[in-house]
Amino acid sequence: MTDTMINEKNLIEGRTGKWEVVLGLEVHAQVTSHSKLFSGAATDFGAEPNTQVSLVDAGFPGMLPVINQICVEQAVKTGLGLKAQINLTSVFDRKNYFYADLPNGYQISQFLQPIVGKGTIVLDLAEGEHREVGITRLHLEQDAGKSLHDQHPSKTYVDLNRAGVALMEIVSEPDMRSSEEAAAYLKKLRSILRYLGTCDGNMDEGSMRCDVNVSVRKVGDPLGTRCEIKNVNSIRYVAAAIEHEARRQIEVIEEGGSIRQETRLWDPGKGMTRAMRSKEQAHDYRYFPDPDLLPLKLDAAWVESLKANLPELPDAKRARFVKDLGLSDYDAGVLVAEKESADFYEAAAKGRDAKLVANWLTSELFGKLNAAGKSITESPVSAEGLGELVGLISDNTISGRIAKDVFTEMFETGKPAGQIVEEKGLKQVLDTGAIDVEIDKIMAANADKVAEYRGGKDKLFGFFVGQVMRAMGGKANPAMLNERLKSKLAG
Amino acid sequence: MTDLTHLTIADALDGLASKKFSARELTDAHLKKMSALKKLNAYITETPEKAQAQADASDKRRAAGGKVGSLDGIPLGIKDLFCTEGVQTTAGSHILEGFKPTYESTVTTNLFNAGAVMLGKLNLDEFAMGSSNKTSYYGNVINPWKRQGDSTDLVPGGSSGGSSAAVAARIAMAATGTDTGGSIRQPAALTGTVGIKPTYGRCSRWGIVAFASSLDQAGPIARSVEDCAIMLGAMAGHDPKDSTSVEMAVPDFRKGLTGNIKGLRVGIPKEYRVDGMSQEISDLWAKGAAWLKSQGAEIKEISLPHTKYALPTYYIIAPAEASSNLARYDGVRFGQRVPGNSLDEMYELTRAAGFGKEVKRRILIGTYVLSAGYYDAYYLQAQKVRALILKDFTDAFKDVDVILTPSTPSAAFGFHENEGDPVQMYLQDVFTVTVNLAGLPGISVPAGLDAKGLPLGLQMIGRAFDEETLLRSAQVLEKCANFTALPAGV
Repeated sequence: MTDTMINEKNLIEGRTGKWEVVLGLEVHAQVTSHSKLFSGAATDFGAEPNTQVSLVDAGFPGMLPVINQICVEQAVKTGLGLKAQINLTSVFDRKNYFYADLPNGYQISQFLQPIVGKGTIVLDLAEGEHREVGITRLHLEQDAGKSLHDQHPSKTYVDLNRAGVALMEIVSEPDMRSSEEAAAYLKKLRSILRYLGTCDGNMDEGSMRCDVNVSVRKVGDPLGTRCEIKNVNSIRYVAAAIEHEARRQIEVIEEGGSIRQETRLWDPGKGMTRAMRSKEQAHDYRYFPDPDLLPLKLDAAWVESLKANLPELPDAKRARFVKDLGLSDYDAGVLVAEKESADFYEAAAKGRDAKLVANWLTSELFGKLNAAGKSITESPVSAEGLGELVGLISDNTISGRIAKDVFTEMFETGKPAGQIVEEKGLKQVLDTGAIDVEIDKIMAANADKVAEYRGGKDKLFGFFVGQVMRAMGGKANPAMLNERLKSKLAG
Repeated sequence: MTDLTHLTIADALDGLASKKFSARELTDAHLKKMSALKKLNAYITETPEKAQAQADASDKRRAAGGKVGSLDGIPLGIKDLFCTEGVQTTAGSHILEGFKPTYESTVTTNLFNAGAVMLGKLNLDEFAMGSSNKTSYYGNVINPWKRQGDSTDLVPGGSSGGSSAAVAARIAMAATGTDTGGSIRQPAALTGTVGIKPTYGRCSRWGIVAFASSLDQAGPIARSVEDCAIMLGAMAGHDPKDSTSVEMAVPDFRKGLTGNIKGLRVGIPKEYRVDGMSQEISDLWAKGAAWLKSQGAEIKEISLPHTKYALPTYYIIAPAEASSNLARYDGVRFGQRVPGNSLDEMYELTRAAGFGKEVKRRILIGTYVLSAGYYDAYYLQAQKVRALILKDFTDAFKDVDVILTPSTPSAAFGFHENEGDPVQMYLQDVFTVTVNLAGLPGISVPAGLDAKGLPLGLQMIGRAFDEETLLRSAQVLEKCANFTALPAGV
């Protein structure tokens, strides 16, 4: 990403001119696996404290780590999904620091030789704009336990369930220039992780956490001093924290001050960041290769086989929806953003009019789900059910107008479209004879209007359509009705 | 009946097999002697009930006529660095006082599966850091050997000083040890016993309290090369719980003791002829070479050019790893805790009270050499030198099959000798640390007595995972040396 790509709308107006915000993100994504990175203990969320702890996790004397191959596989898959370089040799290091929830007094991480190197991720921005952001690296590391400070007036309790759980730390290049881009980055990364099944991406359960590096500069200046904001655990907060931190930094500089390199904490209650520790107070982690573990060597053929079996990812899926199914880039983007929506769409569109299914899904179903506060996986209308409804429209069994009523009932009762149409007799009338009979009746009853129409008052055509449709309970095929009415009114 | 405690394991196994005595009798003989020799302070924890129960179980197995293990009924001492289920495991440190693991180390599990009997947990330098056993929180171990006409108590070597003293004093038929820089071979040399440190990766480190993970290796101390072969065979083997344990079949080491070394090429590294080496040591070394030659070996001078850097390299790498390995002793989850007003204060008070002087010294050195700004100059540089030391050996083993050196620069010394300057003590390991840095197998064999009647050892070094050749050569050396002296009062 070149620094010369300035987007005017991203610039922040200060007292002394326009400022550019420069952002890099570090995401900790919990690897989806049944057991921890170096032990066999379980990783289920929400278990009773200290029930998922092995002697290895608790750092007992003489305990040794053994790498979990599944976690390695998940990291490599993620690297491949980020179009990144996979390092066939990587090294686990010890990051040494003392804390009560870090049983060994060190965290096993990867420092100089991570398992995954440089990659890229494409952001989907407003108005169909796309932008590429660089991935610096991805490495595997252990999570720490949890300190509970609110259980006792003077003591801290420690829960080691999370200690040793595998995390992927995914570091971006400082390529983002606005809170929107940072939010788009997180959404896209989460989407890729979910497509791959390597992390569930649930920020509220802490299985995806984010630290944001923020700096500001005048356009064209070299990079400013950055602050790292920790503890921003929702996409909304990431955007808010960036907005606040950028303004804070601009104010400091414009007041004649300078930015200290420091770690800051996002306080969601107050909606602001506050200093946690400065560079001078930063830990000396004394990294060195963990002598309990051999360098991690990957077989090139194994990596290739993972690559060959990678699921279709959102970018490729969107491109296919546009090219093969004729969807607009926008609709395709909306459908592929969440894997569940894309899966739903593909199941619904099977053997149906793909564009029509896309319209029904993005406007009708998403609208109703939003209103009901439900996700696509909780939809009362199944993918097959939506497909059936679209099928009934396509083969002229029902009209689009009737279909909306049928759909509302499907959403409320969960009944299949065919059954509703059958029960309520909503089938479209395709018999021209039957339509002609109704047209004749209406024309006879409105002879004056027929005369006016024939006298040149074209606008009355809509009146006749409405009258006939109402008489037929809305079931007349609209195209046929139009055609027959036009011909009869013409005399 | 002869004193059963003087038997070798090989002879005891024969006696047990032919029902000359029972495992219970053999164990009781040792327990009795342990009571008589408590003054040696070799054991931190004695486990007589466990020993008797294991011995009775062994007798039952033999009586039933079924399959018995390679050490069935043999009473052993276990270095108190090996975690033993339900039995206090201290690592010689106050900080682990009272710690009873809920798990059994892989090596002791292997030994028990082979039918071995545990007499107790043996004293050692705190966290295996030391060459004299003086750093143990549980007091000095006394070497059963004395200088002629001199009653001064001498050190048994270290860190496996409880192991060496117990085996020499006949209060264990053999013992487990661990060797990070010489901690099996140096105490073996100072007590007239045989000690082998196998190739790194041969024995599992799982369940052994870690000192320096890339150097630590378990091995036996016994009274003959053959007994070491039997012990090592039972201790060794691949363990999926230790990523550095090697997936390789364990040969029948005992069967490999053919006594034939015709054509064996023995290297004499010129760099080991260090300044100030005593004439006694020098003479013994030459004698060792002559013995091997007399048995058909070919003696060749070789060069291991980076030898002089080994000790400084070791004293960077070992403390660096130790400083990290010992971070877990923080008073939070097990062992001693001294309460404080904050987490940091609790750490400080606990570790200040729990660790001894030598351990603190090494944690400080290790923390220093890993610190930002010093890492490249010390730790990284040491790793490079370590690679060169390994290359020295790899090159040398193109021309020779084994290497012969002295085990230690001197015989056992008094508790107040070598005091004051820690570096003087570190020099005890000058001939042994290279082997750990290179991950090779090394064995110390008692080869003679010095002028004051104290045992001296010769070390042999083998190729990685070629303990068979090493043990075979060592046994020939042992036969030639014919070391039969006994410590007084044993």
